[in-house]
Parts: sequence; C-alpha cells; structure tokens
Amino acid sequence: MTRLSVRDVAVARGGRRVAEGIGFDLDAGQALILRGPNGIGKTTLLRTVAGLQPPLQGTVTADPDSIAYAGHADGLKSALTVAENLAFWSQVFGGPGPQAALAALNLERLAERPAAMLSAGQKRRLGLARLLVTGRPVWVLDEPTVSLDAASVALFAAAIRAHLAGGGSALMATHIDLALPEARVLDLSPHRAGDRPRGSPAPRRAPAGFDEAFA
Amino acid sequence: MIALLVRDLRLATRAGGGFGLGLAFFLIVCTLVPFGVGPEGGTLARIAPGILWVGALLACLLSLDRIFALDWEDGSLDLLATAPLPLEGAVAIKAAAHWVTTGLPLVLAAPVFGVLLHLPGAAQPWLLASLAIGTPALSMLGAFGAAITVGLRRGGLLLSLLVLPLYVPTLIFGAEAVRRGAAGGDGTTPLVFLAGITLAVLAAMPFAAAAALRVNLR
Amino acid sequence: MSIWEYANPVKFMRTSAAILPWVAGGAAVSLAVGLVWGFLTPLDYKQGSTVKIMFLHVPAAMMAINIWVMMLAASLVWLIRRHHVSALAAKAAAPVGAVMTVIALLTGAIWGQPMWGTWWEWDPRLTAFLILFLFYLGYIALWSAVDNPDSAADLTGVLCLVGSVFAFLSRYAVEFWNQGLHQGATVSVRPGDRISSAYSYPLYLCMLGFFLLFVTLLLIRTRTEIRRRRTAALLAREVQG
Repeated sequence: MTRLSVRDVAVARGGRRVAEGIGFDLDAGQALILRGPNGIGKTTLLRTVAGLQPPLQGTVTADPDSIAYAGHADGLKSALTVAENLAFWSQVFGGPGPQAALAALNLERLAERPAAMLSAGQKRRLGLARLLVTGRPVWVLDEPTVSLDAASVALFAAAIRAHLAGGGSALMATHIDLALPEARVLDLSPHRAGDRPRGSPAPRRAPAGFDEAFA
Repeated sequence: MIALLVRDLRLATRAGGGFGLGLAFFLIVCTLVPFGVGPEGGTLARIAPGILWVGALLACLLSLDRIFALDWEDGSLDLLATAPLPLEGAVAIKAAAHWVTTGLPLVLAAPVFGVLLHLPGAAQPWLLASLAIGTPALSMLGAFGAAITVGLRRGGLLLSLLVLPLYVPTLIFGAEAVRRGAAGGDGTTPLVFLAGITLAVLAAMPFAAAAALRVNLR
Repeated sequence: MSIWEYANPVKFMRTSAAILPWVAGGAAVSLAVGLVWGFLTPLDYKQGSTVKIMFLHVPAAMMAINIWVMMLAASLVWLIRRHHVSALAAKAAAPVGAVMTVIALLTGAIWGQPMWGTWWEWDPRLTAFLILFLFYLGYIALWSAVDNPDSAADLTGVLCLVGSVFAFLSRYAVEFWNQGLHQGATVSVRPGDRISSAYSYPLYLCMLGFFLLFVTLLLIRTRTEIRRRRTAALLAREVQG
C-alpha cells in the first residue's frame, strides 16, 4: 500500500528554486533516507511533504492526517515534565498514551522531571518519543540523530524498526549511518536545480515564479 | 482543543510564564499617572476612564508576542500546524488562553485601580462591563498581530505598531462607556458597539491570524 | 487581450516605459496650470487668502484615501491571482500614500491655525487621517521587516485587508467619539452647491494633477521594485554558481 507518493517535485527556499525533479514512493513498512550536501533542500522537501508549504511544482500525494513531522526543534516545553509534554501531544493528535513511548526510548526514569533538566540527548529522545504518541503511520524526520550518543542512536534505530514492523513508514534526512540496512537511500545531489549535463539544451519547465518569469 | 488550553494556562502560571506581569504593569501605570498629573481627586476622576482603558490596553500589549513566539522557537508551532486540530482553532484557543491569563485578571482588578484613581462609584459597573466585553477583542487582535510578526527580527516593536491602530475602535467605545457612566449617564450605546466589535473580531480574526501563521511557517 | 497580461513583468516594463513620459508630462502640465490658476483665484469673503491652500490640501487628502483603496485592490489581486506585479505595485504605492497623508495633515494644520485658532484639533476627520497614517506606517514597516519577498507580499496583503476594515471602522468610531469642527466635504457629487465654480475648475485640475503625479510615482517605483527583484535573483544565481 502506497502511503506517500512524490512526483516530479521542485522546491524553493527563500523564493529560489533549489531542487527539482524529485520523485519517490513510500509504502507501508518501508523507510527512505534522504542524503545530499547542505543547502540542497532536504529540510524544505521534508516540510513540503509534511504539508507545511506547497511544492513549487509537482505533486505530493498523502493523507495529511497520516504524517508526523519532527523538525530540528523538538517542540518541548521546559516548564512541563516529560510525561506532561508527551501527554499533551498525545491528546492533540488523539494517539495512544505516553507509557509505551516512554518505555521505547528509555525515558521512564525521567518521566516526572521537568524537561528543562534534561540533557540535549535526552531532549532529543523525548522529541522522538513524541512521534510514538501521535499514532500516525508516516514519520517525517529531519536530522533525528543530532546530539544522540551511540547507545541512543541504537535505541532510536530500534524504535524505527519496530515502527516499520508495525506497518509504519519513515522518511528521514540524516548524515550518519543508522544501521538500517532495509532502508532505501535517495541522494538529492543530482536534483540540484539548474544542473544539467554540459551541452544539453535547457529543459523546458514551468517558471519558478516571478524571479524566473523574465529571466 | 481543551488540551491546548490547559497546556497554555499551565505554562503561563508556572515559573517563568510571566503570569501577573501585565497586572503589575497596570498597577505601575495607575501609580505613575497621579505623579504626572498631580494628586488632586477631581482631575484624576476626570481622566480615570481613559487612563484605566489605556493602561489595560498597554498591559495586554506587553505579553502579546508570547502568544506564538515561544511555540515558534521550540518547534511546537510546526507540530500544531500538522496536528488534526485546525490552525484556526489553535489560534482561537491560544488567544483565549492569553485572555484568561492577562485580560481576565485586568478585568477583576480594574475596580481596585478605579478606586486608586478616584473613579466615581457610579462608573465602576461600567468599567467592569466594558473591560469584560472589550478585552477578548484585544487578545484576539493581538493574536493576529503576533501571527503576522512571529519569527521576525524586531518583531516585538513591529507588533505594537501593527496592533495599536487596530485597538482604536475598541478603546474609543470602551472608554466612552465608562466616561458616560462616570458622568452619571447611560453607557449602553457604546457598550453595544463594543460588543459588536468584539463579536466580529472573534468571528473573523482566527482566519486572518491562521492565514498569516501559515505564511510564516513556510 | 486581457488586463492580466500586464501581470507579466516583461510586458509591464515595456508598456510602463512607453506611457511613463506622457503621464509625467500630463502631471507636470496639469499641476502647473492648476496651482497657478488656483493661486490667482479671488479671495474668499470669509476665509481670505488662506483658502488657497485648498488646492494642495484637498487633492492630497483625496489621494491619501484613494491610494489606500488602490493598495487594497492590488493586495486582493495578489492574494487571489498571485500576480507579482500587483504585490509590488501595492508596495510601491504605500510610501506615496503616506506622504500624501502627511501633506494633507500639514496643509490642514496651516489652514486650520488661522481658521479655528489652533494647529491641531481632535476632530474626527483629522483624527481619522492620523489613524490612516499609522496604518501606512505599519504597512511599510512590515514590508521592510520580512526577508522573503513572497511571504512579505502575503503578510502585508492580509494586513492591508484587516487594516482597511479597521480604518473604516475607526473613521466612524471617532465620529461617535467627537463631533467635529471640520467643514463638510469640499467636493460632492450631490446637488446643492458647496463650492463656487471659480474655485472648482482649478481644484479639479489640481486633483487630476495629483492623480497623474501618483501614477507617475507609482510606475517609477514599481519599475524600481521589479528591477530590484531581478537584481536579487541574478545575484542569487551568481552565488549559487
């Protein structure tokens, strides 16, 4: 079953087209890792898939209520305890309670601590535990392993694997090796906007908006 | 939706949430004005309706940028925008939370400040009623301004410049009702206008604010 | 052939370059003739020579309001049809409108001093113009505060929409708040003579002149904005390599 389908998508950052011609499908139980140099538009593509911004061109087909997005920031309130943070997102998304998520990311001992007291890695784990309580099948993750140590990365990979085994899907942008051999990898480098083989004619394409309209 | 309201109220009342700051500011304004215009009761009584309304308005302005800025910084706003809750609903709830933590205390404390400024007793009910009817509009318009300026550098200053002109009709009708009450008259007419503005603002502004938020989240 | 063709920047640049000299010339001629003619009109039996500031005050006040209405229309076109030239035209019009508001307020003060004995009165019309000026300031400040040009156009468009409603609302709220000193509208389509024809013809000419002056400034400023966007796009491409 195809959960997410991306067809010939181009994305713009700051009004400028950065990547184009991106296409992939994501089925239940599959994971896809995006790679590419800084500035290629990984974050922009993930935000587009999550529905936070429209694609410049092409189509993203997905049930908007199937996607859980986790960006660079974790969306945590430092004045609330770990359990309160999770309980809030679980209520907003109507997902399962926080207990299983706390156990999966080894946060049970910290449940009653205010989030302000957590270390950067613990906060990150809490941010990922948030994905579990949304109860949504498609995880869209932007650099999920930043500030995680090796043990936490393994914990996180296990959480992903459990999610995939349960029929979920995951789309990630990450630089490090997650030890997820089953995940496909999509390198965005060839999709940089404006790149074409030397000597070939300029491709016909819809203008990227105003700035290219009278190029 | 209830969860969001509860969370925002909890955040505002916990340490560092800034609860009561607006009230303290209101008290300072009401303390400073007599130093500026002199302690004479007659003068104070005459300007009290205006001072109380302008003070309430500025106290409300003080905490507006917190409505969305904190959620923007820590990424919660991205997550709220992808949640099943419509963004318009989230905006309305956050404005309501702002009102409960800022507007409502002002309404309840206003009679005390009215006494400080020698507001005639006949005007007290009008003050209470006009603030109770008018402050929800202040919070909702403020949420719109906060949605437009979220994520901008120098957003706080710009927020005041954008929001204060929008407060003009509310201020005029609110203060007018108190003034008429202080003169022993009937403030019903401005009060009805005030209620009309508040209802229209509450009905329309969540959509404008959510549209601005979506632009800023892109 | 439809009006939307001018939404294409290339087409807009070409057409505006062709008509710009004519509009500018028309503005210069009608302003010169209108203002000199206005200066030579007979003295008013009540207001004396001060009435002559009317030839600046009335057209400026009229344009101050009409420019905001034009910005509202342009913002709506941008929000609905996403034509960039429209958004840039609204951006280009705002400072012109703000200056017109200032001219109307200043000439009004100079006119009001000998007439009412005060430079400033919290009269509904004056107050409404002051509020309009605040809306112009907020609009301009918002344009300059947002980096992404498309986001800036969206946000200012929404602000212009909301601001229009509240500017209109404030106009009637201040009337409720204070009945004024200001005379009724100088020019009216309703029958019943408000102004004698000795004044009205030069006044109409001045209005035409102010309108053409606005169109001239609008075209120049919109062209500048388009070129600025173009420069930014070229620079970005150069950086990108």
